[in-house]
Amino acid sequence: MNIKLKIWRQPNAKSKGRFETYPLNDVSSEMSFLEMLDYLNNSLIKEGKEPVAFEHDCREGICGSCGMYISGRPHGPQHKTTTCELRMREFKDGQTITVEPWRAAAFPIIKDLIVDRNAFDKIMQSGGFISINTGAAQDANSILVPKKNADEAFDSASCIGCGACVAACKNSSAMLFISAKVTHLAQFPQGRTEAEIRVKNMVAKMEELGFGGCTNTRACEAECPKGISISNIAKLNREFFVAKLKD
Amino acid sequence: MSKLNSKIPDGPLADKWTNHKASLKLVNPANKGKLDIIVIGTGLGGSSSASTLGELGYNVKVFSYQDSPRRAHSVAAQGGINAAKNYKNDNDSIYRLFYDMLKGGDFRAREANVYRAAEVSNLVIDHYTALGVPFARDYGGTIDNRSFGGVQVSRTFYAKGQTGQQCLVGAYSALTRQIAKGTVTMYPRREMLDLVIVDGKARGIITRNLVTGEIERHSAHAVVLATGGYGTIYYMSTLALNSNASATWKAHKKGAFFANPSFVQIHPTSIPVLNSYQSKLTLMSESLRNDGRVWVPKKQKDTRKPNDIPEDERDYYLERRYPAFGNLVPRDVASRAAKERCDAGFGVGSTGLSVYLDFRDAIKKKGKKVIEENYGNLFDMYEKISGESPLETPMRIYPAGHYTMGGLWVDYNLMTTIPGLFAVGESNFSDHGANRLGASSLMQCSGDGYFILPYTITDYLASDIKTPKIKTDSPEFEVAEKEVSERVKKLLSINGKETPTSYHRRLGKIMWDYCGMVRNEEGLKKALVLIKELEDEFWKNLKVAGKAEELNQELEKAGRVMDFFELAKLLCTDALNRKESCGAHFREESQTETGEAKRDDNNFSYVAAWEYKGQGQEPDLHKEELKFEYVKLQERSYK
Repeated sequence: MNIKLKIWRQPNAKSKGRFETYPLNDVSSEMSFLEMLDYLNNSLIKEGKEPVAFEHDCREGICGSCGMYISGRPHGPQHKTTTCELRMREFKDGQTITVEPWRAAAFPIIKDLIVDRNAFDKIMQSGGFISINTGAAQDANSILVPKKNADEAFDSASCIGCGACVAACKNSSAMLFISAKVTHLAQFPQGRTEAEIRVKNMVAKMEELGFGGCTNTRACEAECPKGISISNIAKLNREFFVAKLKD
Repeated sequence: MSKLNSKIPDGPLADKWTNHKASLKLVNPANKGKLDIIVIGTGLGGSSSASTLGELGYNVKVFSYQDSPRRAHSVAAQGGINAAKNYKNDNDSIYRLFYDMLKGGDFRAREANVYRAAEVSNLVIDHYTALGVPFARDYGGTIDNRSFGGVQVSRTFYAKGQTGQQCLVGAYSALTRQIAKGTVTMYPRREMLDLVIVDGKARGIITRNLVTGEIERHSAHAVVLATGGYGTIYYMSTLALNSNASATWKAHKKGAFFANPSFVQIHPTSIPVLNSYQSKLTLMSESLRNDGRVWVPKKQKDTRKPNDIPEDERDYYLERRYPAFGNLVPRDVASRAAKERCDAGFGVGSTGLSVYLDFRDAIKKKGKKVIEENYGNLFDMYEKISGESPLETPMRIYPAGHYTMGGLWVDYNLMTTIPGLFAVGESNFSDHGANRLGASSLMQCSGDGYFILPYTITDYLASDIKTPKIKTDSPEFEVAEKEVSERVKKLLSINGKETPTSYHRRLGKIMWDYCGMVRNEEGLKKALVLIKELEDEFWKNLKVAGKAEELNQELEKAGRVMDFFELAKLLCTDALNRKESCGAHFREESQTETGEAKRDDNNFSYVAAWEYKGQGQEPDLHKEELKFEYVKLQERSYK
């Protein structure tokens, strides 16, 4: 198939970016979206042009690196799919595909399609953990966890930190990301002692870093490649409310 | 010439680690803050090392080429993590886990190290559980286990098909806590481009800031490499695309011996090559073999759809050849058996290079719901890539380059032959022998970082408490930085016609063809010639787009491919030297009458530790004899 790519090019954080259009022929429908970008880059290099910088690593949908906007949607048109898992068979011959980096004040652009998602790490540092030192744990089966809780914790914990939720949100809110972590940890008796401080710190950090609030538009849920549900946000709100009540 | 001293403690196997710990020196908490430690890599090995060393009070600096520790490739391990908890009452024990690993590795690992890995495995599970890793649980609230390739007990802890991700997120959260506390400083988007040795000791590293291109100097009293494996040398592998060998290779060139480089595990259950643009082979967890039955049609080049082939025309070749273990034989056995069937013309799919992994019978027996619950996300992943649902039609799988058992030689304290340079997890060689048992990698790298290195590095640092902060303006740093800058300039100056990826792809093809699942003398010798030719061409015709002083992914790739060329030669040299078959290393000249791997304990019961002798020089081989005091060497049979 032949396609046309409209890609955001920006040499670095300081310079101004703009769209460049590249026609690309002989694209196989079997290629993944990133393999198509590899193919484009190969041609660009041969023409003496700079290849498009984009983030990727595992290429099997789990590392969370490959976030980008494709034709107006985070990670492209396919539901519950990361960019690396997206296949060119999802596009039509002759189609123009627009490719942009995540757009959020808290995710500054580094180059082309690469943004700095360090804000997520900062939120995690504010409380996204259970405080236990190595060697201090008791036998794993000494604290029972109902299967239902373990399963729910797993569902929340499958967040890959890609940032699609932020990119999809009109407020650039990080609520889905935080709520997934808070809900994951809230399912366990371990770490319960610090639950209140955890949720307060994480929410405060989110606001401090320039992420907006949630307005229940549900765009985050719709675009999450791992299908993290906004019911996590409801749980986050409850945890936050209870914590605030005790203040 | 340095002599290898493994420092294996005396005494009974089960007491070695306990006794050794009692003899290790300590560092007063007040002094720990004066000692700097560099950790390279933030996967399970790096995160566990860095967070624990931070908790202990050391001043830790951790480096990653990723933007966040959470993206390290441990994230992609799917199936599980082993521990000898005996939660299933199926007669598992530390000794059995030790024995299975040692046998699985075809008796080419150190007894004492393997026993210790099994010993600390239980602590690893306790720690991850306490960190909130959502391991699968039974309705009673206890943790569930499953069995995994190569073993007959259920000792694998798992979180659906995301065990690696869940453990890494746990390890990352603990690391994150230390970063917030200030005991650990995180340096993201940095690549280690050289190791700095001062007075014979590892004292620092040279990094490139991947955003600005700036070459930086970082010093410490000790350096820990937790940089994973080099399976991407095959280009097409199950590893993340940026996984590389550069840090360990640079350390090797500075004096760290490289052990058993040719021991590379080929994973039996990866999605086969489907088209010529493919950039990687996605792994399908081996846990699938618990319920999936592997088969090929009995008729050669059978083009019927799998579901149209009746039962009596299917060859369940693993069950036929290995009745005791069936579909659960270890990875090397399963991989070679698949290759054998495909080479004999029974392979399926358009290329004939795949076999079926069929869930039909398991679905009939246990119900769709149970199978979906156990493997749901793996099935989704497969369906996205292939467009077919494994619930409806069998998966197609084929072996792919995966885990590297070889790595930097380390002694019992996990220290390399360079004083002060430690290697943990996949970047060292020590615990898996010639083949790694499934679900033992997460176990080993976590055990190394959480429960072994913190004790042994403390013993090393105990004599360093009076050494002030290491200065980065010494001639050693000066020279190392200059060399790195010149190399970068050189790569950019060639200005030829071919991209780094093109060379990587061609190198990978040579490696897969001649030093892949099976090796022979003629092929390995040919590979050495071909690699050299391709490397020469690389230095004449490489084209690296962009500049040095900016984010430049082509430059990153070029540096890694440059190192892969050198490592590839060592890999083939090692494979050539080992004229026996063992584990994942199958030398055609050494096989039994029935085509199984034939070990030669009289001549090859050693670790091959290679010493770098300079550019263009042949490396020196040092042998660490493997002594087996507690297990009787036996032919590895799964029949």
